[in-house]
Amino acid sequence: MSQRYLTIWFCYLKTDWFTRRNPPFGKIPFVVYASKNGRMIITAANSIAERKGIRPGMVLADANAIFSPLESIEDKPELFETVLQDIAKWFIRFSPVVASDPFDGIIINATGCAHLFGGERKYLEEIVSRMKTHGYSIKIAMASTIGAAWAVTRYGTNHTIIESGKEWETILPLPPESLRILPEVTERLHKLGLHQIKDFISMKRNVVERRFGKEFILSLNKALGHAQEYIHPVEIPLPFVERLQCMEPIVTRTGIEIALQKLIEKICISLFSEHKGLRNASLAIYRIDGKTQQIDISVNRPTNEAHHIFNLFELKIGVLEPGLGIELFILESNKTEDHLPAQEEMWSTAGLNDHAIIQLLDRLTNKIGEKKIHRYIPGAHYWPERSFTEALTLDEKSVVNWAPNKTRPVKFLLHPEPIAVTAPVPDYPPMLFRHRGKLHSIKRAEGPERIEQEWWLQEGQHRDYYYVEDQEGCRFWLFRAGHYNDHKSVSWYLHGYCA
Amino acid sequence: MAAKKTDIIAALQKEILSLNGIKTPAISSGLPKGLNFMIHHLPTGIFPVNGVHEFLCEKPSELSSTYGFITGLLSSCMNIKGMIVWICRESFIFPPAILSFDINPEKIIFIHPSSEKETLWVIEEALKCSSLSAVIAEINELNFTNSRRFQLLIEQSRVPGFILKLRSQKSVTTACISKWKISSSPGHKGNDIPGVGHPSWKVELLKMRNGKPGSWEIQWRDHSFVELQSPEITEILPDFQKKTG
Repeated sequence: MSQRYLTIWFCYLKTDWFTRRNPPFGKIPFVVYASKNGRMIITAANSIAERKGIRPGMVLADANAIFSPLESIEDKPELFETVLQDIAKWFIRFSPVVASDPFDGIIINATGCAHLFGGERKYLEEIVSRMKTHGYSIKIAMASTIGAAWAVTRYGTNHTIIESGKEWETILPLPPESLRILPEVTERLHKLGLHQIKDFISMKRNVVERRFGKEFILSLNKALGHAQEYIHPVEIPLPFVERLQCMEPIVTRTGIEIALQKLIEKICISLFSEHKGLRNASLAIYRIDGKTQQIDISVNRPTNEAHHIFNLFELKIGVLEPGLGIELFILESNKTEDHLPAQEEMWSTAGLNDHAIIQLLDRLTNKIGEKKIHRYIPGAHYWPERSFTEALTLDEKSVVNWAPNKTRPVKFLLHPEPIAVTAPVPDYPPMLFRHRGKLHSIKRAEGPERIEQEWWLQEGQHRDYYYVEDQEGCRFWLFRAGHYNDHKSVSWYLHGYCA
Repeated sequence: MAAKKTDIIAALQKEILSLNGIKTPAISSGLPKGLNFMIHHLPTGIFPVNGVHEFLCEKPSELSSTYGFITGLLSSCMNIKGMIVWICRESFIFPPAILSFDINPEKIIFIHPSSEKETLWVIEEALKCSSLSAVIAEINELNFTNSRRFQLLIEQSRVPGFILKLRSQKSVTTACISKWKISSSPGHKGNDIPGVGHPSWKVELLKMRNGKPGSWEIQWRDHSFVELQSPEITEILPDFQKKTG
């Protein structure tokens, strides 16, 4: 489905805003000015003033000469940025993705929204009428690209709905300014006699690019839909957020638990109805002294079970400090996944998919951290340290099988411990070895089992492993690193205890 | 009349056991393969699954023997279909080695808590989860309160729990149903067979509730436990063969 964008231009944003505060201004010529280099320059004029011939950019004294007495108010540029943001937030009722446009406008991604208002035409009309009651006069257009909609809003006919694919022909008669390009470039285009987009749209792109720059081509492409344009929404839509405002500040654990339960129930109902499950959730508390705190949980499998989510949060409630009291709870889920209600199995295989085990692991992960929980699958290596790898997910299966039965130590030393050894002949198992001050004399031995370094991973000496048993019947896994040679004394290590 | 009397006694014994928390399963799982010699030391002749088993292991070699014995026990006695939770503090279990005791290492979830307090919490949480096949945990010390808590949880969830005690505590009463000490013993008794041989242990059953203590030499051979004969017999065998051959 193609995207649909709606752009709105507030033609008299500043004057309309002041008029809203002071209604009599709506009936008289009225301007907004800013002082610049010691002169009062008009930055905005209302429609009545414009009809009298007063334009933004004029000096206030000149305007006074045209019409007197002229109402004027000093401009507050930084104020209007926030005004636009606020208006953009107000527009969230029309679409979740709304961005403010620095050129006194709003950009709305209306994809899939118009039908809720009974079609695109009615959607537009609804917006215009709502804005009119708020006292703003707007120009509005809808198109499949932001660029085309923007151009038509400013320079085309009002209330235009451009059907998908017709952007090209619609923008042809418009002036180059409508492409949102730098003033220098438009000036040059006009100098060259290119007053309309159709004058240069069929020129070769490399020629145009050489003269007017890459930016120009990009904005042309954006208008035609050849280049993707992104907007920064004022609020990134989070589908699963629940708020709970408290009448009285909450200070007790019981209170927090009740609030949490209510929020979780609400979020689970909305998750369930959309067949979603949350993967993580965070509870933010807003204290009456203005401080906020947050606790997070995450789960291994998407879930929408209120009971389970509550259990996970319950482990962390102790971290919260209510202080003087909590006035607002917000529970939100940043990550959700599809979660279809599972068919109950007749015979439980009790494998990794077992529900209870997943819940247990969730609890453990949230309490002690996921770095302390491991599951191993075989690795395709002979080198003992690499013969197993950690499973990243709960149901990960390895493509290789475990190596066939060979003697391996049950208790493995991740860092081999050096031992002092007396060995009779090279390549024979040692007669005795000393480990941590204790002497073990070897009665029986098997080996050597030579394991070579994997040169493509790591350089170093090979290992000759021996499986030995000492006088007490304890079994060990020892290895000698490298060959015997005349220059160096060879090093022996203990690598594990066998069962 | 006499037969009737023994029946009554057996029924009463069962009742006492169930009051003690040892519930006889509907279908008797029986003894672990090859552990038939233990039958008179176990309550009602089966290996009690629903309980905390305590293992004393102070030395690293005892620890590795205990690992071997427990995994052997799990694979031969219980139908391991589900997951096993293995909680260890410092030691690292080498996953491929578990394979030789017929347990798929992929079915084990290893948890490494950072403190004793955390360990106890993890054990309790794991024992609550009835979908697990077993919980194996290493802790430094086990006192009566902790063991009682574990035992009560197990009576609910029926997950066998194996607690490996790393530090020796003299005469500490615990609520565990059994207490074991496994130490390694030489794989071959005689001197004429080369190589180390199969994993062999000296298994000491120090305490078994409603059972009797005992001590055996056991070997893990061909996927099951085998009781080692007394050394004299193994040494006689070659002579006997010589005579016939």
